[in-house]
Amino acid sequence: MQDLSLHILDIVENSIEAGATKVEITVEEDVRHNRLIVEIKDNGKGMDKKTLDNVLDPFYTTKKTRRIGLGLSMLAQAVKEAEGDFNVQSKRGEGTTITAQFVYDHLDRKPLGNIAETLIALIASNGLAVDFIYKHKKDGKYFVFDTRDIKKELDGVPINNFEVLKFLQKNIRTELKKIE
Amino acid sequence: MKKLKIGDLEKIREKVRRTANVRLGKARARITVHMGTCGIAAGAREILTALLKEIERKGIKDVIVTTSGCAGLCSREPMATVEVTGKPPVKYVDLTAQKIKKILNDHILEGTIVHEYALAIGSERTP
Repeated sequence: MQDLSLHILDIVENSIEAGATKVEITVEEDVRHNRLIVEIKDNGKGMDKKTLDNVLDPFYTTKKTRRIGLGLSMLAQAVKEAEGDFNVQSKRGEGTTITAQFVYDHLDRKPLGNIAETLIALIASNGLAVDFIYKHKKDGKYFVFDTRDIKKELDGVPINNFEVLKFLQKNIRTELKKIE
Repeated sequence: MKKLKIGDLEKIREKVRRTANVRLGKARARITVHMGTCGIAAGAREILTALLKEIERKGIKDVIVTTSGCAGLCSREPMATVEVTGKPPVKYVDLTAQKIKKILNDHILEGTIVHEYALAIGSERTP
């Protein structure tokens, strides 16, 4: 994975696999305290204790297609390389919250990457069934994107319509640039 | 908190209402981009983005784009499965942005399978 936006896409795909209907992604660039926090919170089916205990083991997976599960392990590795903290909380039937905290100016901290492209990829493929809430904070500036608001405004027009996606991508890019 | 300005969405909404005639059941094809960890690491997001751009550019309105997890063939990622209504699904491997555009054009719009990029024809299901 080249950047954090790809890790986010990967982890959120897990949330969707776990049956989540709402996924909240928070990115906080706390430059003053030299930290970058990425949190992904879903209301999917959550993990049992055995799965949670093994969640960072690359050779543990609940999938049947192959015997390795690298998504979370790779994010944990990215955190480790940037001397950060990694936390997974999960409760069966309630959902999972993953928090990755990085040292902001660490030489090995991966760049954030293209968040707009990640959000559009998620909305294009799963936006009808899943609501995505994206919050980005940087130095007191905020950007919030909530597909529930968008859907209300669209009033029945599907959010994964290609015209809508193009509009959303342009807007997300513009708004994110403003808080850079 | 600053929220995305959605005032212009009204215009888009009305435009889509005027032009859209697609219902899920009437789509001519479905393209599934495999978005497991392996797929994403190999460039699946770029494939999906290129596909969405091309669909938008060509004004195609009756194609469904979706994603799935790993299909178990990580070394051939990025992969996509194309299902044209009434025809068996075709799995394409080792994709690039250029290849997916050709697949969209040749397979979906013109009905000719792009054999040089295809791995297999037939049913494929991930558990």
